Amino acid sequence: MFSKMFDWLDDRTGYRRIVKESLYEPVPGGARWRYVWGSTLTFGLLVQFVTGIVLWAAYSPSSQTAWESVFYIQEQMAGGWILRGIHHYTAQVMTILLVLHLMQVLIDGAYKAPREVNFWTGLLLLFLILAISLTGYLLPWDQKGYWATKVATNLIGIVPIVGEDLQRIVVGGPDYGHHTLTRFFALHAGVLPATVIAIIVGHVYLFRKHGLTSAKPHRKKDGMFWPDQVFKDAVACLAVLATVLVLVFWHGGAELTAPADPAERYPARPDWYFMFLFQFLKYFEGNAILFGGIILPMIVVLLLFAVPFFASKWTWGHRFNIGMIGFFLAVFAYLTVEAYVYDAKDADYQFARERAHIDAARVRELAKSPSGIPPIGAVELLHDDAYTQGPRIFASKCASCHTFNGHDGMGRPQNEPSAPDLARFGSREWLRGFMDPKQIETTKYFANTAFVEPDEKGKKSRMVEYVHELADLTDQGREELEKVIAAVSAEAKLNYQLGIDKRDAEMIIEGIDLFFAELDGISTSCAECHGFDGGESEASNTPDLNGWGSREWIIGIIKNPAHPMFYGRNNDRMPIFEEEGIFTDRQIELVTEWMREEWVRFDEEVQQVE
Amino acid sequence: MAEESAKEEDAKEPEDQIESSSRREFVEKAGSICAGCALVGIPVAAGVGVVVDPVRLPPGDAKFLKVAQLDAIPEDGSPAKFVVKKDKIDAWSRFPDRVIGAVYLRRLPKNRIQAFNVVCPHLGCAIEYRDQEHDYFCPCHNSAFALEDGAQGEGSPSARPLDSLEAEIRNENEVWVKFQNFVMGIEEKRPA
Repeated sequence: MFSKMFDWLDDRTGYRRIVKESLYEPVPGGARWRYVWGSTLTFGLLVQFVTGIVLWAAYSPSSQTAWESVFYIQEQMAGGWILRGIHHYTAQVMTILLVLHLMQVLIDGAYKAPREVNFWTGLLLLFLILAISLTGYLLPWDQKGYWATKVATNLIGIVPIVGEDLQRIVVGGPDYGHHTLTRFFALHAGVLPATVIAIIVGHVYLFRKHGLTSAKPHRKKDGMFWPDQVFKDAVACLAVLATVLVLVFWHGGAELTAPADPAERYPARPDWYFMFLFQFLKYFEGNAILFGGIILPMIVVLLLFAVPFFASKWTWGHRFNIGMIGFFLAVFAYLTVEAYVYDAKDADYQFARERAHIDAARVRELAKSPSGIPPIGAVELLHDDAYTQGPRIFASKCASCHTFNGHDGMGRPQNEPSAPDLARFGSREWLRGFMDPKQIETTKYFANTAFVEPDEKGKKSRMVEYVHELADLTDQGREELEKVIAAVSAEAKLNYQLGIDKRDAEMIIEGIDLFFAELDGISTSCAECHGFDGGESEASNTPDLNGWGSREWIIGIIKNPAHPMFYGRNNDRMPIFEEEGIFTDRQIELVTEWMREEWVRFDEEVQQVE
Repeated sequence: MAEESAKEEDAKEPEDQIESSSRREFVEKAGSICAGCALVGIPVAAGVGVVVDPVRLPPGDAKFLKVAQLDAIPEDGSPAKFVVKKDKIDAWSRFPDRVIGAVYLRRLPKNRIQAFNVVCPHLGCAIEYRDQEHDYFCPCHNSAFALEDGAQGEGSPSARPLDSLEAEIRNENEVWVKFQNFVMGIEEKRPA
């Protein structure tokens, strides 16, 4: 019955002839592994079309939804990370396959007359597929894609006369925005793939018209495309798929960095196969960029297109071609390695990269949190996040004097601080160190401040002198001091210390009383200079310890350290930030919350810079 | 009979016949080509406007914006970075008070302010001030610019110095900057 049905179909369509012609192509010299590259590329494209269309069905190109929808695919949709991973890594693997295919065609002389046009369609496909990779790099609208693509589109702008208009047409306006994404998406998923399909049809047609260029000498008798070569092709495609899957699982899917933020510096780097161009641009100074960035690459492209002519005009043309393309590949390899070696040695770059990883992990954590992503976009999550902004604010506004665990808040070492280290400010361990005669004059506390500078009588500030007196404490006095420390530190109401504050409630009550007493071994009480337990102190221009280290207390001292409640006229160089407009109120809150480790936490994957 | 007479007629005027058929062929060919051009051209032309639309947008207008308080700029002559905020229009969206860029501000003698756009004039990455080297540096293609005047350092790929911006002090303590971006990669400083 089936045979009758197929007969009917053949009668109406003539399909058998087409199947026969496509399968029973003779392979001179037998099937060989070196002929598999074209098929692996076709397979790769097929994978990209399938995964790409599914991604398309979940992707939304606009500056408020691109990152967000990719995040949703990646983190929330069933198998989304595998799908996106396959799409991403197949593109990477295809770049290598393109080069292998080109090399095979070149070495076997499959580009020579009468196959010139076929060679050119192949080169066109190579560049079109690279263009698809380039446009796809931007679509997640993350920091990595945003900044790298910006460099690429700025390069268009340097083309004489038409460059600026062309750049605007590609970018969709004078600056990056919604229309950059809609345009790149139209190119990536529409214009370029459609062109690729059209050219592939021609490419395969021409390949079949001229037949396979077999590598000599023939070691075996002639074979057939089906099943001899098809089997080898299938094995090769499986190997490609296996490689892609290994890459996907090894890396846990494709990377998604933090959402694009024009205000947040990110060291732009293209994907690895464009790193050579990136490195190349470093060598051209001034107007030479036009030569290095546009003219020279065009010459290389023209030389590639001229390859069939070299082979037909010169006796040594074929060898010249192999030499030339070998040279281009060597330059490609050299520049790529050079770029990575340079970056590996560049501490600033490594720092920025690490920071970007921290931001990326944090924004994913926030986006996954119950509050989710606001309609304005995920980038706002980071803008209003103490964990992210705190260290930045600290580094830019506080770290010129203070340190945080010896660094500037972001992890960069600070060498000569002139104010206390504020890591864990308010905690018992901070205060214990402060009250230690051995530590008070170190850079962790009062080194390089006015408080340790002797006056004309050779006396340092009252507090520093007092801490040195603590060396005379008896064992009992030391125990009492520990209670006072617990009591003062409890004022900070630090989240991470609430447990021990509760546990030591009795000790804290004792500590409050001892604050007003003379500790065993010395003859001064804290209360002589500092207000505490709701009361004010008799001395002026000393910090009031009511609520010491609490959120309100820290915000207060940042706004005005010269307020009588804090240092008054004894304030040592700390700016009155309230008046100077260096901070917004929200920034003061953010840096305070960060110092108090009061940011919202959802998972422990995100690590604080220690 | 009728057939025969028709044949006779055919035989009578062979030249006229050929002429008219070639004329008709010409009209058909020309008509098809014209129709084809219109059939392809009109939908394409309809799209051209939208495709090239971004070209007609004017360059971003440069306005003086309040960027910082004078007190916030270090008195020792080292530069400090400030973000520039303004309502940002992105196609159909209007984002109120968005960061549209950043500047480095530095105090000069006689109460003047030096302002540089942080966008590297080479290819558009963001420069950073390096304390130890006393210069501005771009982490992408390693352009370095002098602290004093923004001039390119030796071996820097950038075709022009950092883009300086007009800055003035208003109401004693406010620093206003005429914020603008420029076309990158070229020697000429031309508004983008």
